Amino acid sequence: MQSNKYIIIFALVLTAVLGGLLSGVSQVLGPTQKKAQDLDTKKQILGAIPAEKEALGDMEAEEILARYNEVIFSEVTDYQGNLVDTNVKGGPMVAEEVNIEKNYKVPVEDRLFPVFKYSANGEESYILPVYGAGLWDAIWGFVALNPDLKSVKGISFDHKGETPGLGARITSDDVQERYRGKQLYNDNGEFVAITMVKGEKIPEDRLGPNKVDGLAGATLTANGVNDMLLNYIGYYQKYFDKNVKGGAVSLNNQ
Amino acid sequence: MSTETIEAPVVKESEALLSRRRRKFLTDPLNDDNPITIQVLGICSALAVTTQMKPTMVMALSVIFVMIFSNLIISLLRNAIPGRIRIIVQLAIVATLVTLVNEVLKAYAFDVYKQLSVFIGLIITNCIVMGRLEAFALGNKPYDSVLDGLGSGLGYSWIILAVAFFRELWGSGKVFGYDVMGAIGFESFSANGLMVSPVGAFIVLGFIIWVQRSKTGYVEH
Repeated sequence: MQSNKYIIIFALVLTAVLGGLLSGVSQVLGPTQKKAQDLDTKKQILGAIPAEKEALGDMEAEEILARYNEVIFSEVTDYQGNLVDTNVKGGPMVAEEVNIEKNYKVPVEDRLFPVFKYSANGEESYILPVYGAGLWDAIWGFVALNPDLKSVKGISFDHKGETPGLGARITSDDVQERYRGKQLYNDNGEFVAITMVKGEKIPEDRLGPNKVDGLAGATLTANGVNDMLLNYIGYYQKYFDKNVKGGAVSLNNQ
Repeated sequence: MSTETIEAPVVKESEALLSRRRRKFLTDPLNDDNPITIQVLGICSALAVTTQMKPTMVMALSVIFVMIFSNLIISLLRNAIPGRIRIIVQLAIVATLVTLVNEVLKAYAFDVYKQLSVFIGLIITNCIVMGRLEAFALGNKPYDSVLDGLGSGLGYSWIILAVAFFRELWGSGKVFGYDVMGAIGFESFSANGLMVSPVGAFIVLGFIIWVQRSKTGYVEH
């Protein structure tokens, strides 16, 4: 049996060594991690466009960043739909630096909303970030709208801690493809977004233009996705009313 | 020291790298002393991650890595670790290892990190890891402990992979995401909620234990 003194010293040394090791590693890897995260976000933004998504698989990191700079033009709007040009520090506002997660935690009237405008090969689209709560933790994504602003060109989802094989399936291609071409407005012209139904393998003709097939065993994650789309796409309606004329992607501000 | 600790027999100095005694560290946990089916440890993660083959594979590899290195480190420190706080020391080391893996993956393999980070908590709480530290690494030499960690990790892995195989096949008609049911002409196969939910893992695991025990003749005492 060791003395109390030995035990306390052992515990202190162990804590210092392990703690020092972890914080050291975190310091050293921090910049690389941030780069990886930025790249991943840009991949998700591009990945909302079906044609780009196919090409992403074979591209190197530098190629993806170059492609991103080439085809994406971004701006930031506030809740009232007014464009925001300067950030809190007085510098120029960069849409990629707007932290959606932090914005999600403040009242909706105070949030900033980045808009990513895509234009390439004659194809145009508005890509909107969406953010919400899944079953266990945050879920987010990017919705690419056609220039009519009524239908979805493509979608990409990601999540922090949904159950692998169940809720985590929102990241899989076959789930995301279900959203392509779906309509945000119902037959009466009301904004209803797109609802993922309960149950899976429901035939397309029974779903209609405002619904997509569900996830068996992950209805609560699907509910989170539904709320996220309804809320967040809804927040952008004022921006569209004020800034989008004639239903075309305007790149004039660049 | 725990009563379960296996004391290493006196070994001659020039023991072969994979002597018969050491081979047993590797092969015992695969069948006769399997961590899941015989010792009934690590059941929670066996239920949680086995809906599909791919995440199960990631989990299996992570657990093998963590088991080998935590066994090694604990074994190296075994004479210095105070008996009264050994559990928290083991926990700290396992948690550190897992966090290290997580940080490195986040920097250099972000896609894998996104898949793996969900399992971090599960690895730390996996009773097999601490079970082997407590029962083996605290009382044995480093090399033997590494073998024991590898063996137990493999024993855990093949069971969860087997469970995941049947759950993904019967649950969603796929294996590693490949549509098997569609390929054999069974187009109308619809997702089986029983297999997708954790209950399915209990059932599959029950069958595996049944088949295994009827072959080995193992009986609980």
